[in-house]
Amino acid sequence: MKTDANARYLESHEYARKEGDLVVIGISDTAQDSLGDIVYVDLPAPGTSFAKGAVFGVVESVKAASDLYLPMGGEVVEVNAVLRDDPGLINRDCHGAGWIIKIKPAAPAEWDSLMDAAAYAAMAAKE
Amino acid sequence: MEAHTVLHQWHLDHGARMAPFAGWDMPLHYAGGALAEHQLCRESAGLFDICHMGRLGVRGKGARAFLGRLVSSDVAGLAPGLSMYGLLLNESGGVIDDLFVYCLDADDFLVVVNASNKDTDLALFRAQAGDGVQVEDLSASMGMVALQGPRAMEVADALLGGSGRPSELPRLGAGRFLFRARPLWAGRTGYTGEDGLEIYPPADMVEALWDEILVLAGRLGVTCGPVGLAARDSLRFEAGMPLHGHEIGPDISPLESGLGWALSKTSDYAGRTAVEALRAAGCPRRLATLVVQGGVPRAGYPVLDGSGRVVGRCVSGMFCPTAKVFAATALVETNCAIVGTPLQVEARGKDLAAMVQKGPLVVPSWKRSAR
Repeated sequence: MKTDANARYLESHEYARKEGDLVVIGISDTAQDSLGDIVYVDLPAPGTSFAKGAVFGVVESVKAASDLYLPMGGEVVEVNAVLRDDPGLINRDCHGAGWIIKIKPAAPAEWDSLMDAAAYAAMAAKE
Repeated sequence: MEAHTVLHQWHLDHGARMAPFAGWDMPLHYAGGALAEHQLCRESAGLFDICHMGRLGVRGKGARAFLGRLVSSDVAGLAPGLSMYGLLLNESGGVIDDLFVYCLDADDFLVVVNASNKDTDLALFRAQAGDGVQVEDLSASMGMVALQGPRAMEVADALLGGSGRPSELPRLGAGRFLFRARPLWAGRTGYTGEDGLEIYPPADMVEALWDEILVLAGRLGVTCGPVGLAARDSLRFEAGMPLHGHEIGPDISPLESGLGWALSKTSDYAGRTAVEALRAAGCPRRLATLVVQGGVPRAGYPVLDGSGRVVGRCVSGMFCPTAKVFAATALVETNCAIVGTPLQVEARGKDLAAMVQKGPLVVPSWKRSAR
């Protein structure tokens, strides 16, 4: 499974990646692979704020619905509207074009408590 | 510990994501995903390992009358070389199982049942079989694979020899063919809404037959590949076909599920009294097809009317890759089951707008008008 060396991860398989002042949020390659074909993404409204660990949306695959947990608290600045018509983009390019939301982090120091790519890869391999 | 079909290792070697189903470890989908497999079957040809299903031989002078008593439809009138869908009903008129009966010869029938109900069905058949009826579990000695799709019969004709070609079978026809000089039965039926065959090779020929189908398809230029249980479900669902444990079950009457057509008008089948009583009283619930917005409806999700009152529950629900909608079948109060009725599906705390639509979402190939 691929990881993004610039991203940090939650145990629940979401990633965060810094992009200027913002943080890009998505799900990992391990997550998209185990979910199977994604058929619907429930996106939050821009302007909504969530705490770290809160459920900010849902990813629905053929098999199951899966809550999305925020790796860092903050305000939703942008959602990936392409996912409304092409949810499978998450399967095809989860770290790139298949990003889910971008947030303005409320507490940037929360980045430090996330797993780096190597630690995440090791954890995911054991599951 | 789940059971394995003879193709288990093949599935693992070819990237299958496995999942338990009815006590068997089966391919849910392969590396390309369930959506691609669904489209492959609708557009070309898909190959299904369904060896986990039950195959029962019912033979003898009393076999025809025996099946006529036990099965809801007119199976007792089947001529050799034809097959028919039917239901096993309990005393309350609920569905113990749905099944397919093939008449192989005057006194020789093959009954194909759901994997989840095989043991129950076999026990029922054995308990009810009287003189002149032999019931045999053929599930271990006989395999079962399905080849389904608009190009399936091209591959089938290349695959099977003997007298006649599979493409000469009428729909629901069955014939005895040869594969590598070994005889096998094949029926022109399936669970996808596409043309194709269900093939019953001897268990020791399943792997060779499976491999040969893929080789022949390649040679013919027919795109063909394995299809797992996830796509099998979306294919049958779009085509309006019931799945036991969802649209039908021991607590659900065929009258509620739109399966009145599978009930004989003349024979005294088991459960008939209860069915006729319900018909006279009127069904309080009916199965409705719902097209849903804003999320995926799934089995068990409540269905509400416009005022928020619970009027039923979804029994199946999913994204439909060919119809390109999110849809469910739901058992709802009869007056809510009318086409055009706006309803809601409660999906994990969120209410999704739903509309009752006429099924099926995809018209089966044999009902599509010629262009």
